[in-house]
Amino acid sequence: MTVDSVKLAFETPDERQPYVELGMKDDEYQRVREILGRRPTSSELAIYSVMWSEHCSYKSSKVHLRQFGTKAPKSEALLVGMGENAGVVDIGDGWAATFKIESHNHPSYVEPHQGAATGVGGIVRDIMSMGARPIAVMDALRFGGATQPDTRRVLPGVVEGISHYGNCLGLPNIGGEVAFDPCYIGNPLVNALCVGLLRKDQIKLATAPGPGNKVVLFGARTGADGIGGASVLASATFEDESQAKRPAVQVGDPFMEKLLIECCLELYQADVVVGIQDLGAAGVSCATTELAAKGTGGMHVDLNLVPLRDPSLRPEEILMSESQERMMAVVTPGDIPAFMAICEKWDVPATVIGEVTDTGRLVMTWDGETIVDIPPGTAADDGPVYERPFHEPAGQAALNADGPEHLPRPSDLRETLLTLLGSPNLASKEWVTSQYDRYVRGNTVLAQPADAGMVRISEVMPGAEETTRGIALSTDGNGRYAKLDPYAGAQLALAEAYRNVAVTGATPLAVTNCLNFGSPEDPEVMWQFAEATRGLADACQILGVPVTGGNVSFYNQTGSDAIHPTPVVGVLGVIDDVAKRVRSGFTVPGLRIALLGETHEEFGGSEWAHVVHGHLGGLPPQADLIAERGLAAVLAAAAAEGLIEGSHDLSDGGLAIALAESCIAQGVGASVSLPIEDAFVGLFSETAARALVCVRPLAFEALAEICGRYDVPCYGLGTTGGTSLIVEDVFDVPVADLREAHEGALPAIFG
Amino acid sequence: MSAARVGVVTFPGTLDDQDAARAVRLAGAEAVPLWHAERDLKGVDAVFLPGGFSYGDYLRCGAISRFAPLMEEIVPAARAGLPVLGTCNGFQILCEAHLLPGALTRNQGLHYVCRDQRIRVENADTAWTAEFERGQEIVLPVKHGEGRYVADAETIEALESEGRVVFRYAGGNPNGSLNDIAGITSEAGNVVGLMPHPEHAVEELTGAPSVDGRGFFTSILKNLVNA
Repeated sequence: MTVDSVKLAFETPDERQPYVELGMKDDEYQRVREILGRRPTSSELAIYSVMWSEHCSYKSSKVHLRQFGTKAPKSEALLVGMGENAGVVDIGDGWAATFKIESHNHPSYVEPHQGAATGVGGIVRDIMSMGARPIAVMDALRFGGATQPDTRRVLPGVVEGISHYGNCLGLPNIGGEVAFDPCYIGNPLVNALCVGLLRKDQIKLATAPGPGNKVVLFGARTGADGIGGASVLASATFEDESQAKRPAVQVGDPFMEKLLIECCLELYQADVVVGIQDLGAAGVSCATTELAAKGTGGMHVDLNLVPLRDPSLRPEEILMSESQERMMAVVTPGDIPAFMAICEKWDVPATVIGEVTDTGRLVMTWDGETIVDIPPGTAADDGPVYERPFHEPAGQAALNADGPEHLPRPSDLRETLLTLLGSPNLASKEWVTSQYDRYVRGNTVLAQPADAGMVRISEVMPGAEETTRGIALSTDGNGRYAKLDPYAGAQLALAEAYRNVAVTGATPLAVTNCLNFGSPEDPEVMWQFAEATRGLADACQILGVPVTGGNVSFYNQTGSDAIHPTPVVGVLGVIDDVAKRVRSGFTVPGLRIALLGETHEEFGGSEWAHVVHGHLGGLPPQADLIAERGLAAVLAAAAAEGLIEGSHDLSDGGLAIALAESCIAQGVGASVSLPIEDAFVGLFSETAARALVCVRPLAFEALAEICGRYDVPCYGLGTTGGTSLIVEDVFDVPVADLREAHEGALPAIFG
Repeated sequence: MSAARVGVVTFPGTLDDQDAARAVRLAGAEAVPLWHAERDLKGVDAVFLPGGFSYGDYLRCGAISRFAPLMEEIVPAARAGLPVLGTCNGFQILCEAHLLPGALTRNQGLHYVCRDQRIRVENADTAWTAEFERGQEIVLPVKHGEGRYVADAETIEALESEGRVVFRYAGGNPNGSLNDIAGITSEAGNVVGLMPHPEHAVEELTGAPSVDGRGFFTSILKNLVNA
C-alpha cells in the first residue's frame, strides 16, 4: 500500500481530500494549504484536523476564555496558569498542588463504562505530566431524569466505569456531585477532576528543548482506539449515529495507568525527564506538535517505531489514535539507559521514536518516506479562532418574567421537607459513592458526603513529613440557575464550591472549570457561554481566586435541544493544619447552632420549584460575592481558632435540607427556631452566602465576635441533641425518618 | 531490642502498601518493603500482603501474583510458621496460593462496595488477633468488588468446626459471603486473610471512623516479642 508522502503531495496538488469528513471547514483546509504551500499529505491532514478541532483548539471559546487571564486577580499562589496540562498553585512549605477538571461527556453517552473510565484516566495523566503524584479524584456528573429509562443505562455504566478505573488506579475518590434533569437525557455530563502534589521547584512542562534529545513514547501500545474520536466524537452532535460510532470510544486499562504513575514518579525522582506530555485527545499528533512547538521547535519522528497493538494501522491512524495510558517524554541521550531501566522495572514498554531538532519543522517518516513536514506551532497554537455571533435567546425575557411568586406555597412543611430530601437531586448519593474507594493511600481526611473532600499531604510523598497542611476540593454547578441567568449561574457555581471549601476550615486558593454547553454555532448558546465566562471571570476577580485551567465541552445537544448551560467549577483550598479540619454536620449533642448569612426570599430555579411544581423561571438567587468572601473569612478564622465543631453549607433546598443533612451526618438531632417569620422562606429559600456551624456554648460569643469583624450576620438557631429535628412551631421529624427519606431514594430507583 | 520487622509486599498494581507500612510503623515495628520480583524476604519476622489490583486482577484476582518470585519464598516460610496477613487482594492471593482454602468471587450485589463495616471477631487466638476478644465487634472499612467468600461444604464445615473463621460480618453482609465469613486462618493460626482493611482504621484523622485496625498490629508485635 502506498503512503501519501510530501513528495506525492507536490506531484498531485489537486487530489481531493476528505477534510469535510474529518470535521474541517473549507476555509480551514485552505489555510492548511497556505501554511504548507501545497496540499497536506493525508497524515498532515489528520494532524491539522484533530489539532484544529473544537476539542483541541478551543476555537470558539478562546476569545471568551481570555478573560480568565486578563481579569485574573493577583495571586501569589499561582505558579502555572492556563495553557499547560494543568494549573499549579503554591500551597506552602515548598509544596505545590496541581489540579484540573475535564469533560468526557460524549464518549460516556455512547459507551458509559469506558467513556467515564477513560475520562478518569485522561485527567490523571494530565496531572502526572506536570510532574506530580496524583492524590485524589472527584467527579461532577449530570444525568437525565432519574426515572427516565436511558438514565438506567447511562448512570450505572458511568458509575461503574469511574469505580473500576479509579479504584484500580488506587486514587481515593473524595467527592463530587450527581444531579439529574431531563435536559441531560441525551447528553449526560461526566466531568472528572484530579489533584496532584509536587515540590514547587520540580514542575515539569510539556516542552522539547535541546536538539539531539530523544523522544520516547512509553506506556500502552497503540491500537485503533478512538480514531477520529477527538474531531468526530467531541466536535459533532450525534443523533441516530451513535451505534455506528461505537468503535470510536477508547478502552482503558487502569492497571497500565497505575504502573505509569509509579514509573513516572520514579523517572522524576531520578531526574531523567527534560519534558513530558500525556497522550490524550489527538494522541501522537497532539503530543508531538505541542512538545515541539514549546521546545526548540523541531522534531523528527519515525512513525514505524511506534509500538502497535494492531500491526495493520496506517500512519494516519497512528497519528489520530487515542489509545489510553500513553506518555511521551523528552530525554537526553545520556539518560536513556536509566530511563529505560526504570520503565523495565515497572513493566512499562518504552521506545525511542525520534529526536529533537533545531529545524523548526516537525518531520515524520514512514517506510523511509517523509509523510509529515510542518511547522509544529501552526498545528498546536495557531489554530483558527472564531468570534462566533451571539445574542440573548428569544425566550429569555419571558423565562425570567415567569417567576416562582405565583406558585402555590405548601401548608405542610414537614411533608415538603421529606419530599425534597428524597428527591433525586437532594437524596443521599451513597448508591454512587459507595462504589468508589475513598480510603486508599490513607490520607483522606474528608470525603463524601462532606461539603468538600480533604487530603493531608504529609504522607503523600517522601519529604513531606514536616508539613501539617492539607488541601480541600469541591466542585459545584447548577444548570437551572445558569439557564435563568448564565452570568449569575456561573458565579453561583463558583460561590458554592468556594463556600464548600471554606466550611471545612480551608482557605480557597484557585479555580478550575469545566464549561458544558450546547452548540457554539447556535448564537443563543454562544450567548450563554459568553455570559457564563464573563460572570465567572468577574467573580474570580472579586473572590481573589484565579482560574488555573479547565476545559470546554460544546455540542452537548441533540438536534436543537441543548442542555442547560452547565458551568461546573472546582475550587482548591489549603488548610494549614489538617488536624483543625471541620467535620460535616452536627457532631455531638449540646452544641449551639448558628446560621451565618442573611436569608432573602429567593425561589427562582430552586429545588422546591423544580421538585414540587416542575417549574423553572424567574431569576436565580443573587450572587453576593462580597458576602461570600466575608463568610469564608469567618469560617477560616473560626476554624483556625478551633471554635467550630461541625459545619455545613446552605445550598439547594436551603436551610431545611442543610439542617436535615447535618442531623443525618452523625445521627445527632437538633432543636431550632427560625430567624425570620415566614417559615417557608426561612426553610426553603436558596439564598447564597450562608452556612450552618455548631460551636460549644462557651465559644458562641467568640464566633459572634468574628462574624462582627467581617460583617457577617450570625443567628443563634438552637442546639444540637436528641433524636429528632425540631423546628419550633413548624415540625418535629425523627432523624430516622429523615435518614430513610434521604438514603432510600436512589436505591429505590437504581436497585 | 531491635524493633520487629514486618515485610510489606508490593506487586505491580498493589495499592494499599503505603497504608500497610504506615499501620506497621504506628504500632512501633519497622516496615520492610518487599518487591514481588525479588526472591528475598530480607529476614522479616512477619509479612503483610496488602490490597490492590495486583496485575490488574486480570485472569482472576490474585491468580497471577501467586506465581511471583517472592511468593516462592513466602509460601514455604508461611507453611513453616511465618506470620502472614493478607487483606483484600492479599487475602485473594493467599487463597490462590493455597495457603488458605476457598476463593473470593464477585460480590453478590455485583457492585464494588466501599463502606464502614461492623465485624465480629470469632477467633482471638491467631498471631494477628490475640489483642482482640472473642465476640468483640469492631469497625473496619471494606472496599472490594470480589469479596464473596466461597468454599465447598466440607471446607466450610471444617473451618467452622476448627474455629478457623476469624471474622464474620455483622449488621449486614456486604458481598454475600458464605456464613458471613469475612476472614479465616490457616490450621496453625499464623496465616490470616480477610477482606476488610485494618490498615485503613489506625488513625483518628483519616480512614474509617474507628482505630480498631490497630489491634492487628499490636497483636503481631506481641506475638513476635513472645516468640
